[in-house]
Amino acid sequence: MQFQAQIQIHLRPSVLDPAGVAVQSSLHQLGHTQVQQVRIGKHIRLQLEAPDAETAQKRVGELCEQLLANPVIETYHIQVDPIAA
Amino acid sequence: MSSVKFGIVVFPGSNCDRDVAWVTRGLLGCPTRLIWHSESDLSGLDVVVLPGGFSYGDYLRCGAIARFAPVMGSLQEHVARGGYVLGICNGFQILTEAGLLPGALVRNANLHFICARVGIQVERQDLIWTSAYPQGSPLTLPIAHGEGRYTCEPDTLKQLQDQGQIVFRYRPPAPNGSLDGIAGLCNPTGRVLGLMPHPERAADPDLPGTDGMPLWQSILQSFAP
Repeated sequence: MQFQAQIQIHLRPSVLDPAGVAVQSSLHQLGHTQVQQVRIGKHIRLQLEAPDAETAQKRVGELCEQLLANPVIETYHIQVDPIAA
Repeated sequence: MSSVKFGIVVFPGSNCDRDVAWVTRGLLGCPTRLIWHSESDLSGLDVVVLPGGFSYGDYLRCGAIARFAPVMGSLQEHVARGGYVLGICNGFQILTEAGLLPGALVRNANLHFICARVGIQVERQDLIWTSAYPQGSPLTLPIAHGEGRYTCEPDTLKQLQDQGQIVFRYRPPAPNGSLDGIAGLCNPTGRVLGLMPHPERAADPDLPGTDGMPLWQSILQSFAP
């Protein structure tokens, strides 16, 4: 079965995200002062073959741990969806 | 003076490899071998240098892809054998990604690529990398990076401080926002050193600034019989 995985990667909350801070400051200057906690991350989309969604989720988790994210500084969130044949 | 055998790993996108070779071979007269990233033979080398640059275009994260290059397996064995490794700038980033040094290097706090000569303090003089530096003398070394802000968990920082693994600090305030001003650190044995400043760009007396030269001379002196 083919699955599409969407992976969101962000810096850990404890790590300063200067790009997020700069964008938040810019939003504030535009008058959107209600905006808080802007964090800028990466979005990776990929397709993979797996017998079921659970296995696909597990494999993508391994990809994240091995290469896609650096657990020392980053967190990741995975969403896996089957691709209609 | 003894002849230290240097190896310099060249990744696609490395751009300081020949600058390092100019120092080790050209100025110091040491045998120096350039090693393409797909090679795995590091035999006979005393010091392996991971040079600065933009290995694999810095794609994904700086050093993230380089750490899986074939040569990196041999580098791990070189370290296990007690060999010396020096990672400069992108080389430092690769060493953290590979887990040979703790923590990580992330975007500079001001988001700028910083190319400047900055003040550096040597924190330890008892390593093969630093023994030729006069005690307590402030240095000026060039930096050139966009992702040089060192960061790690509080536990790791405490360990680095307690075990004396912080070898170089920026003169405050750190230009890139580095945690505890860290510009360079070593592993617990002191045999693996990573630093963001470029000692190879401050070694040739024909160019301004030679505060990087004592680092190379330290290595030679340490290997002298």
